Amino acid sequence: MMEYKEEDFILLSGIQHFSFCRRQWALIHIEQQWQENLRTIEGQILHERTHDNTVREKRGDLIVSRGMAIFSRSLGITGACDVVELHKASDGVSIFGRDGNYKPVPIEYKRGKPKEDESDILQLCAQAMCLEEMLLCEIPEAFLFYGETKRRLKVTLEDELRQRVQTIVKEIHELYDKRYTPKVKPSKRCKACSLAEICMPKLCKNPSAVNYIKKNLLEVEE
Amino acid sequence: MRKLLNTLYVTSPNTYLSLDGENIVILKDQVEISRIPLHNLEGIVAFGYTGASPALMGACAKRNIALSFMKPSGKFLARVVGEVRGNVTLRKAQYRLSDNTEESNIISRNFILGKIYNTRWVIERATRDYAMRLDVDKLKKVSKVLANSLKLVEQSENLEQLRGYEGEAASQYFSVFDDLILQQKEFFYFRYRNKRPPLDNVNAMLSFVYTLLAHDFAAALETVGLDPYVGFLHRDRPGRISLALDMMEELRSVYADRFVISLINKKEVNSDGFTQKENGAVTMDDDTRKTILKAWQSKKQETITHPFLQEKVEWGLVPYAQAMLLARFIRGDLDGYPTFMWK
Repeated sequence: MMEYKEEDFILLSGIQHFSFCRRQWALIHIEQQWQENLRTIEGQILHERTHDNTVREKRGDLIVSRGMAIFSRSLGITGACDVVELHKASDGVSIFGRDGNYKPVPIEYKRGKPKEDESDILQLCAQAMCLEEMLLCEIPEAFLFYGETKRRLKVTLEDELRQRVQTIVKEIHELYDKRYTPKVKPSKRCKACSLAEICMPKLCKNPSAVNYIKKNLLEVEE
Repeated sequence: MRKLLNTLYVTSPNTYLSLDGENIVILKDQVEISRIPLHNLEGIVAFGYTGASPALMGACAKRNIALSFMKPSGKFLARVVGEVRGNVTLRKAQYRLSDNTEESNIISRNFILGKIYNTRWVIERATRDYAMRLDVDKLKKVSKVLANSLKLVEQSENLEQLRGYEGEAASQYFSVFDDLILQQKEFFYFRYRNKRPPLDNVNAMLSFVYTLLAHDFAAALETVGLDPYVGFLHRDRPGRISLALDMMEELRSVYADRFVISLINKKEVNSDGFTQKENGAVTMDDDTRKTILKAWQSKKQETITHPFLQEKVEWGLVPYAQAMLLARFIRGDLDGYPTFMWK
């Protein structure tokens, strides 16, 4: 199995950015640009709570772990889970310092409502794949919790979905190695993108600065 | 475009700037005289020997708020810069280009094309607006020389040649600059450009406004991840924001000079606000500086259509837009640097 070096790990959260828009991902992860808007701030507030990793919760046969740092050497990614529930189960795996066996279930918190694209699902699946590698276990399903609907959405982690995670992570690594910010077609999504002002989607339509200057100078001559 | 936030100018000396929660608090003799939420600010410029707390400096650096300290005269003293973050790749590309004099010439040509194009526009515009009061023939002649300068600049082969053409164009422009002043001529006149120190009221105002513009450009460059100290036309000199000065060239006449002239022509400043020392050096009083800053703030809010992006932006965001476009060119998204060519 191919393994990535730790220094070449990319951020798991980037999967979501990348599947939303490759250029947005490059602006954030290569160019280190960021712009807050209402949505990102709301997301932050939501995550401040879920990521409070000082809180330990144990409810009967359930352990709730928040802000767990995770990674995968085979995918070359690192990040954190909002919440990992550990359910006591005889066919689970042993957890250091705990009695009995447990089955881990990652839960990712999102501010809005379920999206049309599968960016949230891919991110969640990648988290599960990290946990599987770290805990040597199998995770057949995980959940997305949406702040607007206040509902949990079950996601079945099928092989085909895992395959897509692998493909996208590979693409991210390739693009990161090039340190190149790609151009993409401006679309309706640009309206929802907090980085629109930094991205200047118009620049993706290949306007020519050389022609613009030439045209202005020609007018002077006339 | 990005929302235009405000720049806070602290003009009263001997104040202390501190942080309280999400606010900047201005203290005088340990008494709170003002409190402003930081999220409304994109820059703080403090004149006089104002103190500031490290906590405030940190908060500004974190939020990308440019915090600068100036002498009472408006001369730049220091700027608070946070951790160097951001785009290493972009900055390295900038350094490589800056080290390459041929590439530097190609970029710089565009700065200067913009500069001359805009100065010519300022002159042309004046002949249209004030045809009855101006020696139109004289101005038209200069405009023609400038049109020719544009051709020369387009073909300049190296930075030295380019600087030569720029110098000639600048002296042509400044030869008629005084003509553009149409009011209070006995107190506001322009003979030649002088700055260390300024020797007349107009030069004092120009120097002051250029400082404000340089601050805006340095902050804008920093935001997009470029190094304001590494320029193309202005070569590196320790402590000089060379790239900010490069980029400023294209906006001097159309933004800063026209602003100064309109303050005089609209009689928003008057001769009482200026004092001349025995050696000829001119300084402005606090009220005049305040008047200028206030007018500068409202000038920044005026909306225009960006000539390249064809988007509505405020004047105050033009430095930011240009910095962004330069970064995009250096990054390879654009085939050239689209200098700001005003119409």
